[in-house]
Amino acid sequence: MDYERIKEKLSILADAAKYDVSCSSSGSKRKNTTKGLGDSSGMGICHSYTEDGRCVSLLKILLTNHCIFDCAYCVTRKSNDIKRAAFKVQEVVDLTIHFYRRNYIEGLFLSSGIFKDADYTMERLIRVAKKLRLEENFNGYIHLKSIPGASDELMREAGLYADRLSVNIEIPTKSGLKLLAPDKNHEDFIKPMEKVKNEIIQYKQESRLIKSTPKYAPAGQSTQMIIGASGESDRDIMYSANFFYKKYNMKRVYYSGYVPVAEDPRLPALNSQVPLLRENRLYQTDWLLRFYGFDIRELLNEQNLNLDLEVDPKLSWALRNRHLFPVNINRVEKQLLLRIPGIGLKSVNKILQARKFRKLNWEHLKNIGIAMNRAKHFITCDSQEFEVKEPSSEYLKNVILKTSSSKFRKEIGTQLSLF
Amino acid sequence: MEQQAVLTYDGTLEGFLCCVFTAFEEKLKVVNISPPGAQVGQQLFTVPREVITEPQKAKRVWTSLKKKALPAGLRDLKWAFLSEVSGMEMHMFSMIRYILAENMPVDRDFSHPAVLNVAQTAKKVGREKHRMEAFVRFRLTKDEVYFAAIEPDFNVLPLIKSHFKNRYADQKWIIYDLKRNFGIAWDLYVVNYITLDLDPAIGISGAPEAYFHSSEIAFQKLWDQYFTSTNIKSRANQKLHVQHLPKRYWKYLTEKNFQK
Ligand code: SF4
Repeated sequence: MDYERIKEKLSILADAAKYDVSCSSSGSKRKNTTKGLGDSSGMGICHSYTEDGRCVSLLKILLTNHCIFDCAYCVTRKSNDIKRAAFKVQEVVDLTIHFYRRNYIEGLFLSSGIFKDADYTMERLIRVAKKLRLEENFNGYIHLKSIPGASDELMREAGLYADRLSVNIEIPTKSGLKLLAPDKNHEDFIKPMEKVKNEIIQYKQESRLIKSTPKYAPAGQSTQMIIGASGESDRDIMYSANFFYKKYNMKRVYYSGYVPVAEDPRLPALNSQVPLLRENRLYQTDWLLRFYGFDIRELLNEQNLNLDLEVDPKLSWALRNRHLFPVNINRVEKQLLLRIPGIGLKSVNKILQARKFRKLNWEHLKNIGIAMNRAKHFITCDSQEFEVKEPSSEYLKNVILKTSSSKFRKEIGTQLSLF
Repeated sequence: MEQQAVLTYDGTLEGFLCCVFTAFEEKLKVVNISPPGAQVGQQLFTVPREVITEPQKAKRVWTSLKKKALPAGLRDLKWAFLSEVSGMEMHMFSMIRYILAENMPVDRDFSHPAVLNVAQTAKKVGREKHRMEAFVRFRLTKDEVYFAAIEPDFNVLPLIKSHFKNRYADQKWIIYDLKRNFGIAWDLYVVNYITLDLDPAIGISGAPEAYFHSSEIAFQKLWDQYFTSTNIKSRANQKLHVQHLPKRYWKYLTEKNFQK
C-alpha cells in the first residue's frame, strides 16, 4: 500500500463527501454469525465527533470526484476548478477493513461523482460492497449511494450487499432543481427509490415464507435535502419530506444547511451563514412527525409557511392551540402527553411508569427531568399551585423565552437535544 | 435495642448478595455494607462482621429478586454494583428490601429514592460502557494482536466483553484496564480475564516501534487525515464537540493525539 498516495486521495475524497450529513449506522440487524469481521445488529455507534459536533460513525468518502454533471450547489461539479482523484476498488476495501479492525468506524458510506454514466458508476460502488461481503466476510455497515439514473438490475444487486441505500433529492422543489441542476431530472431520482422500495417489500414477503431469504437493504433508504439554497419555504421542505416518508418508506430524511461552495448568482453568497438554527427546527419537526404523532399540516400550512425560529415547533403548535390545555398529567392519555411542550419521549414513558404507583406532583415531575419552564404552563398535577393563569399566547411565549437557557437563541446547537 | 450491623464482604456481587441473605435471615438492622479496605465510618458499639461468600445463598437472593423485579431492574442492580461507588451497597440493599416487600414489581418506581439512585448510577455506568465501546482504539502489535488500553471510571470490562467478542471474532484482541490492572483477551475461541506486566511505554495512544506493527503508525496517520478532512469548518461548534466528546476521553483517541 502506498500510504502517502492513499492519504492524498483520502484528503480529497473525504473532503468532497462531507456535505452528506447522514452518518447513521443503525437499524441493520446484520449479525456476525460466521465468525467473520463485524456486526451491525446493535444501535450504531459514534466513534468520534468532528469539530462541528457531528457524529463520526462511518468512513464517508467518494469513490471519485470526477463528475460529468454540473449541479450548482455541489463542490464536485464539472465546472469547479479543484483537484480530482479516484480510489481503486481494492483501496476502499482495504481502508474500510483496517479502520474497522481498529474500532474507528462502524462501516463504510460510499458515494461518488458520476463518471462516464450512471450505470458504470453504480457498478463500481457495488463492486466495493460485494468484495467486502464476499471476500472479507465483512458484516459491518455499508451505505451505498444510489446513483440517479442507475438501472433496476443494478439497484437490485446493490441492495443485496448494502445495509442502506440513499438518493439525495437535495433540492426540495422541482423548480429549484430545474434552476440549479439543469441536467438532472426528477424521474432519475425517483426511479432508483421506487425500485429499492419495491425490492424491500418483496424481500420482506419472501422472507416470511422462506427463512433463508437473503437480506435486502435491511436498514432501508434515506435521502437528504439542502436547506436554504433555492429560496424554498419550510413547508416546501417538510411536505416533500413527508411525501418521501409516506410514498417510499424512507427510514430517514436528512436536512443539510447549505454550505456555500461557489460564487453563483443563483445561490446564496459565499460568505453567508450556514442556516444551522433553521436546520435544527426542521429536525425537530421531523421528530414530531415520526415519533410524536403529529400530522405535518398541523405544524406547517397556508398560515404558517415557515417554522418559528424562536421556539421549538411543539411549543409553537401548543401556543396556537391553547384551547387543548391545560391537561392533567395524571390522567391524560399518552397521545396528548406527547404533545405537551417540554416533555420528550423518555419523560412520557417515565410519567406513564411512575403514575401507576402514585399521583405525580411538581417535585416528581422535576425529578423525572421534564423541561418545567415550558411544561408548567400547559399542565396540572397533584398539587395546589398552578401556573395556568390564561395569559395570551404572545405573553406566554415571552415568559418562556425569558426563562429558557440561551441554547436556541444563539445560532448554535445542530445535533439537538430535542425538546 | 436492636443490634446494628456493619457487614463486610469480598467485593464481588455474589458476596454482596450474601450480605443481603444474612441480613434477612438474621433480621439485622444493617447500617453499612462495604468491601475490604473501604473506609468504614467510626461506628461506636458496632464491630464489622465479615460475611463469607457462599454461591448458594447469593443464588437464592437473586432467584427471589427475579420473581419480583423486571429484567431492567435487575440490570440496574448489576450495573450500579459495577460503579464501585462507595456506599452504593446500601442503596442497593434498600432497593432490594423494597422489591421483596411489595407484591407488584416496584423496581421501576423512580419516586422511591433508592430505586432512583440505583437507576441513575446504572445509567452512568451504561454511559461509560457505551463510551468505551465507542472510544476504544485498537493498535496492531508486532505479534498481530489488536491491543487497547483504557482507564474507565467504572468497572465496565465485564459489560463490554460480549460486544467486542461479537464484533471482532476473526482477530485476536486485548482490552486492558490500566486502573484496575486486568484485561480481557480474545484468542479466537474464548474471552479470558488476564493480568499483564505492561511497560508504561506502550501508552494509550501512539505506536512505539518496540511493540507495534510497522504499518500501525501509517493507519493512524490515515485516520487522522480522514478526521481532519471530514470536518466542515464553516459549521465549527466547539461547545457541541466537547459536549459529545468530553475532554477526559481524548487520551484514547488517535485523532486527538496524533503528532503531526
Ligand atoms: S451529479 Fe452529484 S457529484 Fe455530480 S455535480 Fe451533481 S451533485 Fe455533484
